[in-house]
Amino acid sequence: MSIDPRDVKEQLIQIYPKKLRQKRSEQIVVTEHREDGSVPEIKANVRSSPGIITQRGCTYAGCKGVVIGPSRDILSLVHGPIGCSFYAWLTRRNQTRPDGPDAQNFINYCLSTDMQEENIVFGGEKKLKVAVREAYHLFHPKAIAIFSTCPVGLIGDDVHAVAREMKEELGINIFGFSCEGYRGVSQSAGHHIANNGLFKHIIGNVETQHDEKFKINLLGEYNIGGDGFVLEDMLTRCGIKQISTFSGNSTYETMANSHTADLNLVMCHRSINYVAEMMEKRFGIPWMKVNFIGATASAKSLRRIGEYFEDDGLKARIEEVIAEEMAKVEAVQAVVKARCQGKTAMLFVGGSRAHHYQQLFTEIGIKTIVAGYEFGHRDDYEGRKVLPGLKIDADSRNIEEIEVVPDPERYRARRTPEQLARLEAMTELEFRDYIGMMPEMDEDTLVVDDLSHHETERLLEIYKPDIFCAGIKEKYGVQKMGIPCKQLHSYDYGGPYAGFRGAINFFNDIDRMVNMKIWSYVTPPWQSPAKQPEEVAAD
Amino acid sequence: MARRSIAIYGKGGIGKSTTTQNTVAALAEMGKKVMVVGCDPKADSTRLLLGGLAQKTVLDTLRDEGDEVNLEDVLRPGYGGTLCTESGGPEPGVGCAGRGIITSINLLEQLGAYDSDLDYVFYDVLGDVVCGGFAMPMREGKAQEIYIVCSGEMMAMYAANNISKGIVKFAQAGGVRLGGIICNSRKVDNELEMISEFARQLGTQMIHFVPRDNDVQRAEINRKTVIEWKPECPQADEYRTLARAIDNNKLFVIPQPLEMEALEKLLIDFGLVEGIAPGTEVVA
Repeated sequence: MSIDPRDVKEQLIQIYPKKLRQKRSEQIVVTEHREDGSVPEIKANVRSSPGIITQRGCTYAGCKGVVIGPSRDILSLVHGPIGCSFYAWLTRRNQTRPDGPDAQNFINYCLSTDMQEENIVFGGEKKLKVAVREAYHLFHPKAIAIFSTCPVGLIGDDVHAVAREMKEELGINIFGFSCEGYRGVSQSAGHHIANNGLFKHIIGNVETQHDEKFKINLLGEYNIGGDGFVLEDMLTRCGIKQISTFSGNSTYETMANSHTADLNLVMCHRSINYVAEMMEKRFGIPWMKVNFIGATASAKSLRRIGEYFEDDGLKARIEEVIAEEMAKVEAVQAVVKARCQGKTAMLFVGGSRAHHYQQLFTEIGIKTIVAGYEFGHRDDYEGRKVLPGLKIDADSRNIEEIEVVPDPERYRARRTPEQLARLEAMTELEFRDYIGMMPEMDEDTLVVDDLSHHETERLLEIYKPDIFCAGIKEKYGVQKMGIPCKQLHSYDYGGPYAGFRGAINFFNDIDRMVNMKIWSYVTPPWQSPAKQPEEVAAD
Repeated sequence: MARRSIAIYGKGGIGKSTTTQNTVAALAEMGKKVMVVGCDPKADSTRLLLGGLAQKTVLDTLRDEGDEVNLEDVLRPGYGGTLCTESGGPEPGVGCAGRGIITSINLLEQLGAYDSDLDYVFYDVLGDVVCGGFAMPMREGKAQEIYIVCSGEMMAMYAANNISKGIVKFAQAGGVRLGGIICNSRKVDNELEMISEFARQLGTQMIHFVPRDNDVQRAEINRKTVIEWKPECPQADEYRTLARAIDNNKLFVIPQPLEMEALEKLLIDFGLVEGIAPGTEVVA
């Protein structure tokens, strides 16, 4: 019996009041692939509606937690009440590997100005200065990043002025972020603010030149569960030099030196595309979208790097690595796929992950039946070709758009427009482009932006998927309904899941989750009496 | 008699603090036990009762002493057995003065400032109600009665009308009521008649017309209320009359704020706007 996604959409929204029903009906679409290559328009990156339970996080979370936090030797100092820090303390499982026992690594620290009522009333700038000095004298970092939480914006503390003053006084790089939690409709605003800060205060500060032939940056890879380690190893074996990652396992120096790379690879489009765009304009480094989630996708992305550098030796090494890795992947894939074939998944996570992980599920025969982003924009769903037509609303206008011009000394077009056009014509390479999630999904699949809790429950009742992928806020509610939930923000306790080795881990973890019976024995207390242990045993 | 809590609002510079302190002095003279809570970051609401600005504010004390704040640190005796306290707050352009008032009033409550045998608590609140903090005395039943100090100047009336809108908002949620308009005269033409009419249209009363008298300034230079400085002068009697009117007041209403057009018409009808003939349409 097949379920018509259009009926499901009606069921999801029928309970809503008229205005909300209208809004949600534009945020929930059924995929179709039209002859002109377009997909249906989806409303995204708009305010969550009061009364629904949203998955979204705040602007501070996007700026500090996602983009800047994973870098190990930039000291992150949160200006705000302590809760904002404590609940952002290592929860994303970003890993890092310092160069030695004496190398700086602040990732396990949690620094906050611990604002009290007194600082709200009388202003918190003095306390912030004291905190910056104290942090400096304790750790002697190369850079300190100051993050503003909600009250800082309300009382008007000027974190940028404090940062300038302290930079002058202490002689290290200090910069602030106006990433107050309420600034945008989701954490997405925080990504943009963080990107602007990276560009204004870090990128281009260190001029070390590298002799390697194939130099890249990996953007939007945060080394959750060690993803970045797997990718770095894979790229190194291919002979590709990673100047910096943004920002998993990165340092201040590598990011500051990243303008010396010859290609930017964008993993998480949503959180980092701004940096890629700005670096191309100022330094002449082209960027392309890659996806290292899934073995097939990883192989494809590696080959694209080979195509870009147009080097036969590099291409040969890439093929060797792919062949070697694929053999290992396929061995596990065959076993796991036999057990998982035909099962179904739902993905509601991130601004890229809900797209990337569909590939991994496909590789073991699991179909994604409903997917959506927490904080994606229309271009993440429909592709960057919709960008020129996107209207800028009041919420986006709130965030600075940096005017970028070519750097008079350091701009060097790594490829001329003609070379890029030739590469695009001859190969499958696309520069400055992202196809989006929907074009790569099956026809007639449901896509839901900013999923609410009510919709989650209805979807689980209607489709009874074999696995649901989201974050910690959704996890236990979903599991109480008898369906396993995989966190794709933190990977629960698992990972790495990127690249070939990561794919093997993912296959095994998902196999365990979808073929384990435990969740089907769960009877929530509000339902009919729970099964007794002897009944369970008899099943 | 149950304790009455009164908040005095009005446009900045209208004479709220002067009026409040002189009225409080008159009430004290009548044998009433009164506490004054200054709710202005400038902390100048109790200067005339204390004979100077010597007082350390609640927020300064809280900042310096931490949790170890005693009531004696922040509550000082003033003229005629009055009790005076100043909320205080940040210097202009820094922090959040509104939050300061909330913090301060909560602390005073915790310390038991309200527990003593008071007949009156007066809150003297700065300028307009700019944010939630400055509405604190109106909220949660902190003050039950509001008096608005006003004059016949248009912006003073405009501010009084806006404050009335705030009272409507909190009157519905809590029990706050408007007790009347105090006209602090600026010698505007037809001032008494106009403010009487303005008060009537708001649904309240002009509880007293305080004439302009330089004795008030003379007393202020001496850091005193006129009641203390020159008890026998006519102006002292004016404040005594106002104090009695408040003491005997029975008219507590939810005001009906005027539309802008009605406010302008009032000014035109009383001949304040020269060159505009009565009946002319004024574009706001």
